[in-house]
Amino acid sequence: MLTKKDLPGTPLKSGDLEKVLTLKFKPNLKYDWDNGVAIARYLEELKNGKIIGKKCNKCNRIMIPPRMFCELCFRPTDDWVYVKDTGKVNTFSISYVHWDASRIKEGEPPYLPAVIEIDGASKGMGILHLLGEVIPDEIKIGMKVKAVWKPDNERTGAITDIKYFKPY
Amino acid sequence: MGKTGLRKVAIVGAGITKFMRRSLETGKELSYEASRMALDSCGLRLKDIDCVTLGTAPDAFDGVHMKGEYLSDGAGAWRKPYVRNYVGGGTGVFAPIHGWFHIASGMFDTCLVVCEEKMSSCHPHPQGAFLTIFDHTTEQPLYPTLIWIFALEMNRYMQTYGLTKKDIALVSVKNKHNALDHPAAQIAQEITVEDVLNSETLAWPVNRLDISPASDGAAAIILASEDVAKRLTDKPVWIDGVGFNLDTAYWATKDLYYPRYVEKAARMAYDMAGIKEPHKEINIAEPYDPFDYKELHHMEGLMLCPRGKAAEFTASGATQRTGSMPICPSGGALGVGNPIAATGLMKIMEIFWQLRGEAGKRQVPGDPRVGLAQAWGDLMQVGTVVVMRR
Repeated sequence: MLTKKDLPGTPLKSGDLEKVLTLKFKPNLKYDWDNGVAIARYLEELKNGKIIGKKCNKCNRIMIPPRMFCELCFRPTDDWVYVKDTGKVNTFSISYVHWDASRIKEGEPPYLPAVIEIDGASKGMGILHLLGEVIPDEIKIGMKVKAVWKPDNERTGAITDIKYFKPY
Repeated sequence: MGKTGLRKVAIVGAGITKFMRRSLETGKELSYEASRMALDSCGLRLKDIDCVTLGTAPDAFDGVHMKGEYLSDGAGAWRKPYVRNYVGGGTGVFAPIHGWFHIASGMFDTCLVVCEEKMSSCHPHPQGAFLTIFDHTTEQPLYPTLIWIFALEMNRYMQTYGLTKKDIALVSVKNKHNALDHPAAQIAQEITVEDVLNSETLAWPVNRLDISPASDGAAAIILASEDVAKRLTDKPVWIDGVGFNLDTAYWATKDLYYPRYVEKAARMAYDMAGIKEPHKEINIAEPYDPFDYKELHHMEGLMLCPRGKAAEFTASGATQRTGSMPICPSGGALGVGNPIAATGLMKIMEIFWQLRGEAGKRQVPGDPRVGLAQAWGDLMQVGTVVVMRR
């Protein structure tokens, strides 16, 4: 039977990790992403304080985020449909880590990411967003929530035009 | 082999490096070490290898673009037909499927399959490399992390079946214990359910000890056609079924409580292997366990137990090495470590060794004949399954 000493590989000790040559560079690269027809309209409507989806008349799904083609029927989608800015929490987390896994500062409020099923879209159609104005321990799956929008003049046509969703 | 026109393919050799928080060796050197060991284990030389396939996860871990080309000399690929494959966390079990195609098709008689990951180069944490897998317009501005979506999925799963964190922590306890007997293990230890519950909360319901570590490591196997395999060994392990399936990238629009894509991948592999009742016919399994709840989620997707019952099954002891359905006898990603692509191949190797009766202290009793390994990845999206038979 193989033992640890039979296997190749040289684990470094914590001390060794300090002694590394680090290469730091900041490439002057910027990504200028095109949003496409569907997401461009989605963002435009967010700027107006509304959420819009798109319907496929073959499978009858009202989809958010909207898309120009139905990936299941593999045909163009049909009608633009305004959905509500309310929904219910499908699932949630209480996160003490940032996107790069670093820990939030002591006393800082945790992130409250959630999947929110949007009212007016087909069953199960959810989006990732954040919850706010809620005590973390009181969040429940199935809780009804409503979008809290930035003021008109601060909206830029971005998913962050919705600050978060709060219980109502 | 069930499907007309396809040749039988066997696993005949295997090699692995230690899984480490940080290795002195480069990714190329790790790939070389695992490949060399795999060749030596079945008495082959590189010149006996017809083609090479390599699995490795995001280039962003290494900060090296075209990682397949970068690692190719370590994988013994120069002057040979060579392709890199990548399906996120599902890569380690897709790589042998990719190799299987090469031989089952009749194109080649031998294939070296190499999987490598070196996650330690990325700072402050390799998790940061995952930001750009989310949609750039509708999700990235919210600064999501993979830990969030695991937490969201785990919570949904718990809620659907009324499970507690305690029920799920048992998986972490079992796997870290099993890994004490694995020579490559990075974080094997004896822990209790209380230790898991009391470890740091990262993103509720996920605590530190619910999650596998970032690792450096490599693994390799040799695949051979029937004629070659029978010349090389008395104990070939046959790849009897392969399956893979991808679900929507609009991950928030499907219910996360059940991995349908894993079920579809499993059905494809079971059909090929002629398996009708997986819970009776599969003797031993290595589902992917980057988080403890994932092992349960995947056991259900693989139809090894009814939906919502994997936790109960685990609590009964059935998934221990001595139980009726040993799950992750290697120690899994939670115990051996999780150099993404290499982990999937480590799972394939575990079944290979178990079916040959060569797993030493990890050997499960009862002379297992049929086993499977499974991996999962992308945005809660892809399932890869290999069924093996002695």
